[in-house]
Amino acid sequence: MWDLWPCPISLCLVTMASMQRSIGASPTAIDGGGDSRRWSRRELIDHLGLVGAGALAASMGGGLVGVLGHAAPAAASTGATSSGVNRKFRYGMVIDTRRCVGCKACVVACKAENKTPPGVNYTVVVEDTRDNPDDKPLFLTKPCFHCENPPCTDVCPVSATFKREQDGIVVIDYDRCIGCRYCITACPYGARTFDFGESYPAIEEETAWARVPSPEYRQYRARQHETSPIGNVRKCTFCLHLQDEEGRYNKAAGRWPACAKTCTGHAIFFGDFQDPNSEVSLLLRERQAIRLKEELGTEPNVYYLL
Amino acid sequence: MHDRHLKQMFWGAGIVFVLVGVWGWYVRLTQGHLDTDYGSLIPWGLWVASYIYFIGLSAGSFLISALVYVFGVKRFEAIGRTALFAALVTLMLALLAIWADLGHMGRSWHVLAYPNFKSPMAWMIWLYGAYFLLLAVELWFLIRRDLVNGGRGSGWKARVYRVLALGSQEDSDVSVAHDRRVVRVLATIGVPVAIMFHGGVGALFGVVAARPAWNSGLFPILFLLSALASGGALLVLVTAVFQDGWRRNRDTVVALGRLVLGLLLLDVLFQVSEYLIAGYGNVPGHVAGLKLIFTGPYWWVFWGWQLALGTAIPIALLAARRTRNDPRFVSLAGLLIAVGFIGLRLNIVIPALASEEVTGLAEAVASPRLSTEYFPSLSEWALTVGIVGLGLLLFGLGEKLLPQQKEDPVDVRP
Repeated sequence: MWDLWPCPISLCLVTMASMQRSIGASPTAIDGGGDSRRWSRRELIDHLGLVGAGALAASMGGGLVGVLGHAAPAAASTGATSSGVNRKFRYGMVIDTRRCVGCKACVVACKAENKTPPGVNYTVVVEDTRDNPDDKPLFLTKPCFHCENPPCTDVCPVSATFKREQDGIVVIDYDRCIGCRYCITACPYGARTFDFGESYPAIEEETAWARVPSPEYRQYRARQHETSPIGNVRKCTFCLHLQDEEGRYNKAAGRWPACAKTCTGHAIFFGDFQDPNSEVSLLLRERQAIRLKEELGTEPNVYYLL
Repeated sequence: MHDRHLKQMFWGAGIVFVLVGVWGWYVRLTQGHLDTDYGSLIPWGLWVASYIYFIGLSAGSFLISALVYVFGVKRFEAIGRTALFAALVTLMLALLAIWADLGHMGRSWHVLAYPNFKSPMAWMIWLYGAYFLLLAVELWFLIRRDLVNGGRGSGWKARVYRVLALGSQEDSDVSVAHDRRVVRVLATIGVPVAIMFHGGVGALFGVVAARPAWNSGLFPILFLLSALASGGALLVLVTAVFQDGWRRNRDTVVALGRLVLGLLLLDVLFQVSEYLIAGYGNVPGHVAGLKLIFTGPYWWVFWGWQLALGTAIPIALLAARRTRNDPRFVSLAGLLIAVGFIGLRLNIVIPALASEEVTGLAEAVASPRLSTEYFPSLSEWALTVGIVGLGLLLFGLGEKLLPQQKEDPVDVRP
């Protein structure tokens, strides 16, 4: 997708960003935007006015542009850590559908990790039913895509759901959400579910399970009648409660999204798209990936390999 | 039928409905959303549909009252106050319905405290606030002199009037002329406000690109036309039942009937346009919504409720030479439209939601909350019926308590 962006613009953004850094400007969106990959379509449009003249100049040297466009991610990754940029990570997933056997271990692992009640699912496995029963079925494990342009956050009347600046994870403030469910209608992928207040029997019967809180958002809420997150919309958080203080995950230490950690076929790859050497970045470079409903311009951060 | 019987029926229905509603509200307040039948695939149900229905009635009634107070249309003068009062009552009903729909009713103030003006919903709530104030103030100026006069005597009614008059004592014709100027200014401000908030309700659905059946530029316009048609129908009904009833308001009822016919036909034109474009376009998501409306499990909501009851029969009654001048038939048409448009509102909200965003979503997890099937639960119906009942009682009380239109000076122009 990013290759489609007119390279003069990315070139000129890189130039401007490095200029700003060199003159020691305060951290701004532009400062953090040295990496053209980090620019969402909207941000680009917002800043087109600023860079118009630069783009014109850059477009004259068309030959250089392609090279620099590709070089940009590597060049900027150092800048991302050294300067005080807003966006430190761009977390996402690459899901290899040919490795998925449809065992739904991810669904169960997610439930165990986040203690979600019945009817609330942060990830599901949908099966594309084929016309011919002999065809190999297509399974699609479907967490929240943490879109670059999430349509769900704009419609929230109280800004209770938003995309985090530091890592692009779309979150919900349970204490602010009024439960209007407008965001559910706005999500084109069915990634959001409403917590109606149902509980599994072990919790309804007030066994020891009922007192085990959910680690979500590190808020450790136990399930209580009519208390948040009951009456709220809920969604996948990429298990952000497992991040360290700097916002990093650690696969070796087990601090990794539960679905990716548990996947029996190793179909779910998780990582930082901003790091050119991450597993997910490598996969994107080497394989042909698709995203769902590209036509809506949401730019999901979850890719599928077919 | 005698007028008195009509009013008794009105009160009887209101009381029964409210009693049913008490149970619905009890279930809602004690169990939250547990007893509702919608889920996460169809996240909005009967309450949202009734909300857009009531708010449509409010916007429609108000815009028709503006014919009198902004444009000075003499023919509808007799219903000016009723229209304004109807707008106020139905606005309250709409807010009640959407309040019950919230997951956290106690947090409704968040919309005022932390508004996100990128969201059409935030705009709507703020405009409702402005509109509510405007309606209340406009109505007060409209009946101020009657309140002053009525507050002179003794007894409970005079005491209520004295409180409502807010200390105003002036009853000269000059002061009434001043009141009228204020009303005219407020009504003039109200017209764009009403168009904005109700067009905004249409936009609330229209902007959702994820639901192709909503994502149409016609939606705001369609909402306004439906509002005008259903609001007009409500006014026909109220005029026929209240104040002096259909016998004395004969000319007004018949004239309103003509207006409603025009608005209804315009509304049908826009709906046909929406259906045709979507149908011929053949975009799967869009067509899925239409198929559900026309041939889905609730096909009768469209063919029976919305089309036959709410559109075809009323058009026939309002157009046929034998019935269009008879206030009884015109009132019947008003009743049919007012009831039939509930079907229209249900068909706006639910079918567009009832198809999976990603194929296989409804089968992925065995949960009634992840289903493309929806039929409102008993308590959902009860709560809604209760809101309707409250509306009937408020209309009744309004007629009993508030000064009547006939005391208005004839000339509304300053």
